[in-house]
Amino acid sequence: MADYYFHMNNMTVGYNKKPLIKDIEIGINKGEIITLIGPNGSGKSTILKSISRNLELLAGCVTLENNEIRDMTFRDLSKKMAVMLTERIKTEYMTCYEIVATGRYPYTGRLGILSKEDEDIVEESLKRVHAVELGSKNFDAISDGQRQRILLARALCQQPEIILLDEPTSFLDIKHKLELLAILRSMAKEKNITVIMSLHEIDLAQKISDKVICVKGDHISLFGEPENIFTYDNIRDLYSIDNGSYDPLYGSIELPRPKGEPDTFVISSCGKGIPVFRKLQKENAAFIAGILYTNDLDYELAKQLASEIIEEKPFCSISEENIQKAKAAIDKCSRVIDAGVEIGEYNQGIQEILDYAKQAGKLYNN
Amino acid sequence: MSKNKGEQPAVGTFRNENFKRRTRYTAVFIVLLAALFVVIILNINTGNVHISVGQILKIIFSGGNGVGTEYNIIWKIRLPRILMAAILGGGLSLSGFLLQTFFNNPIAGPFVLGISSGAKMVVALTMIYFLQHFAAVSSYVLIGAAFIGSMIATLFIILISRRVHHMGTLLVGGIMIGYICSAVTDFIVTFAEDSDIVNLRGWSLGSFSGMSWDNVQVAVIITGICLVLTFLMSKPISAYQLGEAYAQSMGVNIKTFRVLLILVSSVFSACVTAFAGPISFVGIAVPFLIKRLLNTSKPIVVIPATFLGGAVFCTVCDLIARMAFAPLELNISTVTSIFGAPVVIFMMLQKKRGN
Repeated sequence: MADYYFHMNNMTVGYNKKPLIKDIEIGINKGEIITLIGPNGSGKSTILKSISRNLELLAGCVTLENNEIRDMTFRDLSKKMAVMLTERIKTEYMTCYEIVATGRYPYTGRLGILSKEDEDIVEESLKRVHAVELGSKNFDAISDGQRQRILLARALCQQPEIILLDEPTSFLDIKHKLELLAILRSMAKEKNITVIMSLHEIDLAQKISDKVICVKGDHISLFGEPENIFTYDNIRDLYSIDNGSYDPLYGSIELPRPKGEPDTFVISSCGKGIPVFRKLQKENAAFIAGILYTNDLDYELAKQLASEIIEEKPFCSISEENIQKAKAAIDKCSRVIDAGVEIGEYNQGIQEILDYAKQAGKLYNN
Repeated sequence: MSKNKGEQPAVGTFRNENFKRRTRYTAVFIVLLAALFVVIILNINTGNVHISVGQILKIIFSGGNGVGTEYNIIWKIRLPRILMAAILGGGLSLSGFLLQTFFNNPIAGPFVLGISSGAKMVVALTMIYFLQHFAAVSSYVLIGAAFIGSMIATLFIILISRRVHHMGTLLVGGIMIGYICSAVTDFIVTFAEDSDIVNLRGWSLGSFSGMSWDNVQVAVIITGICLVLTFLMSKPISAYQLGEAYAQSMGVNIKTFRVLLILVSSVFSACVTAFAGPISFVGIAVPFLIKRLLNTSKPIVVIPATFLGGAVFCTVCDLIARMAFAPLELNISTVTSIFGAPVVIFMMLQKKRGN
């Protein structure tokens, strides 16, 4: 057995003895953030439930510091591992403070009475998720996003070494999403807590994870560092996207490019084309983009949205061939949009094209 | 995490609030104890035969060595009856509380889920069998029979709950089980010999009358053990309130815990049914009112308060049952239903609005 901190060893998981995902073989080091991604219903939650011992494994084993977690008592495991689930919890008359305080469970005595120190830890956990002011509120009376933060505080209050989170960002607005992920990151890096979570937002997954697990079909389709996982093809494949595209560079998702014969030619540079491209996409007007240097911001988006790109190598002056191509495109299109192109020493050729469009009476300034 | 004290504001924000809560708990307990005391005194002092307070005190402190009619009324009739109403009322309320925890629903209770009726059925069968073959039935045999009956009904309910997750459907299932068991009981009673019927009729409708000191002793032992067990379970119950998965992640052994929960709850309701017959709505209404009063669902305070609350509720109801149309006595469920059922309706309306 390799020396991993947390090791899923040839694990098969599923419900009612029916295997859902087979032969999961993943080793995790201490303090890493691991994200499970994959389409809805692919079994991300099943994996999380299985490694938290909520579901029995159908085959294989899970080890924590080389101890099989199956052989640990629930109490010992609870001092090492905390969870945050998506399932809604029903409570009556429980304040957020009391919910967070349940995290002290493994440490309190037989009757579960909190010591002064426990109370301090509860309060610090609330502080970590910026929710001290929610402490005395009734858990039923707060918003979904606030509940999410309280449940995270509850997990922190358990002072775990490893924390499992099922869709922790659902119900959160963007500010709280970022805040929650920042908390997780600082926990992982400062306190060396291992985080295993499932996420829907692949853009965030790319940015926060040390390693990513892709779940598809009955197996783990990919496991590795985000740089290797988040490629155009992998993501399209994982989610079977055929109606839109994924930009691996920025981790952003784009709607499908407009269909049909392009009738607009967009001249842009330095990101000025982006709003124009998006607008055309919304109007479902197919367009040609050019002449773009391949290191231009506009180039990345044009790859996803333009029907055709006339491109030039970076830092070169524009070739005669590309100028001719652009002129041909202008002839074909009924309008040419100047998105605010900058003209400098190298791209003098653009001026020639702008003049050409102007003469044809097709030039519009954005 | 405790090293992380560099941040503003100082730790201790909740000390004051925690103190306020504890004060409230204490106040509720004092009120409940005082109420119980008053009701017991009132109960002893009320009846068809009027006895002065001084005489009552003398009889009570005589420790069971007195003579005369007054002595017999107080010592042999009223006192055991009141104590039984208090003990069994507490047990019944806790039985409801445990079932509510188990099903994670505040409308679960031994009566609505048909568990009391299951116990009633087996007790009726046992009574008739024993009275035909032997002269008397021991309390323990009846409690054992009631326990078997409640377990049968409970297992049915658990089986149903595996298949249906909607609480409404589960309740309908419980009510149906209750009807079936009651029908069987009625059937048995109809064909029982005349001498048995006198006993069975009153009992199968629910009543605290005719309790003896022997009954009290048995009830104290069984209910006492269950009360201690329940109190010791208050920590896992608090974790279980967040749901099974969370409870397990906090270190609760779910399988053992669930079995224990059902066993204790069944013994509680078995003990009540064996002595006093099925009593309705106490198991739902009392825990609900107590949680409201305490404004918390923390088991460590709710459990003892529910026991006390149940004791107060049932002694009050028994007083009303005894006195409302004296010398005619109402059966106890008539009174508990009048007070308990509106509480349950109120609860459901409130829940609807909450959603």
